[in-house]
Amino acid sequence: MSLLLATLDRPAPVLQILLGRDPALWVTLAWDVMLVMGVFLGLVSVIGFIAIWGERKVAGRIQHRHGPNRVGPVGLLQSLADGIKLASKEDLLPGRADAVLFYIAPYLAFAPVFTAFLALPFGPDFVFDRTLSVSLLWVLAILGVEVIGVILAGWSSNNKWSIYGAMREACQLISYEIPLGLSMLVVVLAVGTLDLLKLSEMQSHGLQHWLVFRQPFTAAAALVFFIASLASNKRAPFDLPESDSELVAGYHTEYSGLRFSLFYLAEYNAMFVMSGVMAVLFLGSWADPFGLIAHGYAKAIAGGQRWTPLLWNVAAAGVFTFKCAVLMFIQMWVRWTLPRPRIDQVLHACVKVMVPASLALLLGSAVWELVVAHGSMTERITQTVLAAAGVALVVATLVLIISAFIQGRQNQQRLGGPWPAGGA
Amino acid sequence: MAAALFYIFAAITLVGAIGVVMAKHIVHAAVQLLVALLGMAGLYFLLDAEFLAAAQLVIYVGGTLVLIIFGVMLTSHLGTRLMRVGPGETAIAVLTGLGLLAAIVTAIIHTRFPTPPPSVEPDVTRRLGVSLLGDYLVPFEIASVLMLAVMIGAAYLARRRPKDAA
Repeated sequence: MSLLLATLDRPAPVLQILLGRDPALWVTLAWDVMLVMGVFLGLVSVIGFIAIWGERKVAGRIQHRHGPNRVGPVGLLQSLADGIKLASKEDLLPGRADAVLFYIAPYLAFAPVFTAFLALPFGPDFVFDRTLSVSLLWVLAILGVEVIGVILAGWSSNNKWSIYGAMREACQLISYEIPLGLSMLVVVLAVGTLDLLKLSEMQSHGLQHWLVFRQPFTAAAALVFFIASLASNKRAPFDLPESDSELVAGYHTEYSGLRFSLFYLAEYNAMFVMSGVMAVLFLGSWADPFGLIAHGYAKAIAGGQRWTPLLWNVAAAGVFTFKCAVLMFIQMWVRWTLPRPRIDQVLHACVKVMVPASLALLLGSAVWELVVAHGSMTERITQTVLAAAGVALVVATLVLIISAFIQGRQNQQRLGGPWPAGGA
Repeated sequence: MAAALFYIFAAITLVGAIGVVMAKHIVHAAVQLLVALLGMAGLYFLLDAEFLAAAQLVIYVGGTLVLIIFGVMLTSHLGTRLMRVGPGETAIAVLTGLGLLAAIVTAIIHTRFPTPPPSVEPDVTRRLGVSLLGDYLVPFEIASVLMLAVMIGAAYLARRRPKDAA
């Protein structure tokens, strides 16, 4: 209001009112918008492209199939073929559907996910909006808009399966948002910032500084966060909104062609964003376990070099993307391994188990921060022990996977399975 | 530039808000409300109130709007019936609207323009938390108790009555 009256007080040329005193700012804004569109549309497409191929490949291997292997080397171009197929399909509108809502719902589901990338720190300088001090809350908020798109898609389709899918999405989401937010709060309470950049910098000096190892409570909160993020991304075992054995395809039953593919892009990019948030909150963000990147970057900045900081940023972005990829792989692995519970079991698990658990974690974390002084011996010992346990867990998992792989190969040779030994 | 962006976001908010009032269908009204809330979030960002903008989206879009649409889907007759406004409701709405308008106009008259620019605090979220649990603890607690009462009331209304079980 004050701005309105201020401009009315001082009559100015219309152009000046519209463009402001410095028209060059608009050029900057337009450039920023174009940059965002270019970089993020590219990023979002590439992530969707690779993740969908990866999902089908992982599913195939877990079900003892090859997965896509016809289009391009090891089937890598399968997503491109699918995209062309989807683009050439008819854009259907079901009879008596709510046309306007039906048409805008896919965009409402996709655009927020795209916007969430604004806040993700890929490296010490590779983040679009450095000034956003509440970037964690921003990601949570903007992913809430995605839900509206999904619910509207189900509601506007005029299809009972779609409505059931949308209803499940709504009740699952508002339930799991609570443990999701509370497990974020455990970390926020411990470190006292909502800024993803600051959270990243804080953890960049080595494995023992990663927030998952900061307290026993943050380690447990990481688990709660991961489960809740599965639910908020509608990933199995929480894929009840689209459970294909009961609801055809749930909320996107009636969608075809490019609108359908937008839901897919939204889902896989939401997976990436959630993995990114988990990496920043718990797993050291863009930092490597030895703090090499932070060290090299600080040295390059101090030395006033021109291009070396950029190289360190690229390395950081590589580490960050690798962490996201590992987390996305775990999400896929869980999806193709666990059966799907009923909706009442899903809600029971949330309201009666995860909410009390995350509240207890929050309380425990608060008490821990009060009792254990920052930088004290107890804290350092806890961090070291937890970090060692984490490394042991990862190594043990890798050993199990590799031994199972070798065992499978041996069985295959012994039984003379149908697949050639060096299959795709 | 800030002025032009203000007009853009204000226009978005107004279009959404008028749409909410004019919509005959409650789900359409909910979608228009989303537009209005996004415009408001933009205005908050212009005022450097990032926390408020994000919190508003979390609470109203992620919570309230989802609940509205969820409620519509649960009660199937609301989903197909269009909303009609009776004369009594119109009277109440007009009175409430006039009261709000009076409040806003009074506020505008009593403000000395141009107002001093908002001070941009580096760590506004921390200050917000400290003042919520410090200077404004009593209003904060009263609001919490009010919400608890509403929740208990809702649970009481929705409980299984003895005759339902039979």
